[in-house]
Amino acid sequence: MTYLITQTLNGLFSAALLFLIASGLTLAFGVMRIVNIAHGSFYMLGAYVASTVTARTQSLLAGAVAAMAGVALVGYAVERFFLRRLAAQPLAQMMMTMGFALVFRDAALMIWGGDPFTLPYPAGLTGSFATGGVVFPLYRLFVILVAAAVGVVLWAVNEKTLLGAKLRAAVDDPEMAGGTGINVGLLSGLVFAAGAALAAFGGVMGGPILGGYPGMDFDLLPLAFVVVIIGGMGSLKGALVGSVVVGLVDNFGKALVPELSYFTLFAPMVIVLAIKPTGLYGRT
Amino acid sequence: MAAPERDGLKTVPYRSFDPIGYRSVAALVVAALLVLGPVLFTPYWLGLLTQVMVFAVLAMSLDILLGYTGLPSLGHAGLFGVAAYAVAVLSTAHHASFWVCVVGGIVAGTLVSAVFGLFVSHVRDVYFLMITLALGMVVWGLSYRWIPVTGGDNGISGIPRLESHAGLPVSGPTPLYYVTLAVSIVCGVLMARLVRSPFGYTLRGIRENEARMKSLGFNTWLHCYVSYVIAGAFASVAGVLWAYYNGFVGPTYLDLTASSEVFLMVTLGGPGTLAGPALGAGAIVLLKNVMSAYTHRWLLILGAVYIITILGAPQGLWNLRTSSPPRGTRR
Repeated sequence: MTYLITQTLNGLFSAALLFLIASGLTLAFGVMRIVNIAHGSFYMLGAYVASTVTARTQSLLAGAVAAMAGVALVGYAVERFFLRRLAAQPLAQMMMTMGFALVFRDAALMIWGGDPFTLPYPAGLTGSFATGGVVFPLYRLFVILVAAAVGVVLWAVNEKTLLGAKLRAAVDDPEMAGGTGINVGLLSGLVFAAGAALAAFGGVMGGPILGGYPGMDFDLLPLAFVVVIIGGMGSLKGALVGSVVVGLVDNFGKALVPELSYFTLFAPMVIVLAIKPTGLYGRT
Repeated sequence: MAAPERDGLKTVPYRSFDPIGYRSVAALVVAALLVLGPVLFTPYWLGLLTQVMVFAVLAMSLDILLGYTGLPSLGHAGLFGVAAYAVAVLSTAHHASFWVCVVGGIVAGTLVSAVFGLFVSHVRDVYFLMITLALGMVVWGLSYRWIPVTGGDNGISGIPRLESHAGLPVSGPTPLYYVTLAVSIVCGVLMARLVRSPFGYTLRGIRENEARMKSLGFNTWLHCYVSYVIAGAFASVAGVLWAYYNGFVGPTYLDLTASSEVFLMVTLGGPGTLAGPALGAGAIVLLKNVMSAYTHRWLLILGAVYIITILGAPQGLWNLRTSSPPRGTRR
């Protein structure tokens, strides 16, 4: 029982990180139909930038803010100057993001070298939390709560604000949204930048445990894609549900059948695709 | 954001075969160079040329999906890898004979594509892209973590050389070169026949307007499925050749980067043609090998090639001469 609870909490920790990454991926897809291969690079750049800034300023918070701001800026530039001129050409856009993924990977190797590192734990979150025989690292719990908070904020922005209403309009029908005076181009750039910042935030939050290393950009990316496929492309709710499913399945898969751990992810995806090809909450 | 409405417009030019034009001359020159390869080139360049031909088959097989059927697969290297791993496992762990390895590799890759095809044949466009990407990563994950069979990160080395495994009386790079040349020519001819057959024209019809093909009574799911399996079968042939060429298989040959490299070959060369992807394969393989001899920043250059290709030649090198607007995407 203790084992079950611990593994579930571990799975929820993976789910929390996945949600931070997949929510940006699914939003960019919803608004712009972009399959963003470079999204894993934003996650990677987040961890790297945070490590440099944290080392300089001795403040993890400054590192996190700098990582999010810097990566958001990079994301905005990629969207504004490269992806936007390929609007409505998903294949060309995908190839473009693939090119950027390779450039970012090599640039990171050039700037930061190939040594793996971890970020420091935030003060006061180094210990564990024990109740009823279950011992669980405090930091992992913190990440789960932060991701939940991010989810609530995203939901509130999407459902309760004017910006969210414009966003939903742009997802439903970009041309009509443009016709009613919504600046869809600007909105797309902002969504892409926000998604990049969320991925960078995921890199920072995972930093103390998973750290940063060459190749981390393509490590979580396929999982994030599975999340988006299961949840339905363009749906925030889907990203949340998908993250929890994938996080738990991946974690229990790794614990129970480590050799086939990647393969166990396949099962929920196939089941969902067989029943509902557009994903749980996706629209056709 | 406004997508121009090009519903039903034929936007990819169909070229007519010119029996005495410059393209035939070029084809003859290339054929002569290839046949005389072992005389003209050093073993290093002969090896590179073999590699080009293997990837040309792989790129052409992807183009059946991407260029002719309009299904963008981002997991194609996975099928290639399954065949290569099958040859590696059969020849090292089970000491199987040459023909068992060859047939086993092709059957393994084709079977996997027959299974994957069931999951992907009803989705289109970006959804197809994402799901094939995920399936490709599943194969990669299996090769990376199923250590008792695949050797994990270390891969499988010690695949016998083709000439000794097949019991040929000659040695050196020449026999593999000629086998690859013959196989890739046979594959190229078969694929050329395929895309010009009624089946091939149906695939193009599905690419241009699936709803109309459906209302004309075509079973579009089945056509997409068969197209996927055929592409997988040719990718498996390339995978078998690759296993013998390389003597080693590892997870890096079937990851996302590998799949997108094949994708780049097709896009760079010209989707919707067969010569284009072969040209693209040649360009990428040569560039990769020559550049990596001079610089460690190969990935940076490859990334730049992606970006420049999309901005400068979105329809591929082979289609540069024709001036038709870029093909719109179905929505």
